[in-house]
Amino acid sequence: MNREPMRSPLGQALGLGSAMNGLEHWWLQRVTAIALVPLTVWFAASLIAHAGNDDATFIVWLRTPTATILMVLLLIALFYHTALGLQVVIEDYVHSGMKIPALLCVRFGCFALAVAGILATMRIAFGA
Amino acid sequence: MANETPKRSRPLSPNIQIYRPQLTSVLSITNRITGVILSLYAVVLVAWLVAAAEGPHAYATVQVVMQSWVYQIFLFVCTFSFFLHLCGGIRHLAWDAGYGFELGAIYASGWTVVGASTALTAITWITARALAG
Repeated sequence: MNREPMRSPLGQALGLGSAMNGLEHWWLQRVTAIALVPLTVWFAASLIAHAGNDDATFIVWLRTPTATILMVLLLIALFYHTALGLQVVIEDYVHSGMKIPALLCVRFGCFALAVAGILATMRIAFGA
Repeated sequence: MANETPKRSRPLSPNIQIYRPQLTSVLSITNRITGVILSLYAVVLVAWLVAAAEGPHAYATVQVVMQSWVYQIFLFVCTFSFFLHLCGGIRHLAWDAGYGFELGAIYASGWTVVGASTALTAITWITARALAG
């Protein structure tokens, strides 16, 4: 308490809050959520339309420019949103020494899965 | 952090074991649980794309797994989770914009989420089954 007057106004302000980046997290979760509304509805509708089809039909569909672009956008928004969401779940419920490793696993896992998914989509789109 | 926090085990609030479940609290935790379930589906989605990129042999293996009843149950849970998370998410976006905070509106939107998710899940599966033949 007595130390507070010794700190500059900027120092006091910077000391407030938990991580100083709460708004960015909150905002990007909303941005990705809004992007995911049309993207996931498109994906679900496409899955229903292709129910019972074989792999050749599925690949022909994914090779169309619209489907390729929307799939890549879906993967980016989906894994960004997943990383932000799982981060909050871990921060709220994991209080042991596993917290930091769990946060790292979520971040790395989401990034790796997004890259794997995008590259697979590209291989299907541009493959022979 | 001049003084250490005393290490005493105090009861956490709210003490959820003695709370009667309410629509508001149940839908709140449901949005989290469905989010975690959908992140599992996201892993499956990538596995499916990678298999399709690998070629017909890998894709056929994945298809065998996807036709198993275990996967079909998982897919059904994911479908319901998807619509709950989607409708619940739209409800959250309305709150973020400042709408629907009155008690009546909160219950009305909550039951709408439950009803719409159930109906959309049923429509999805009936349509997919009909198209698959």
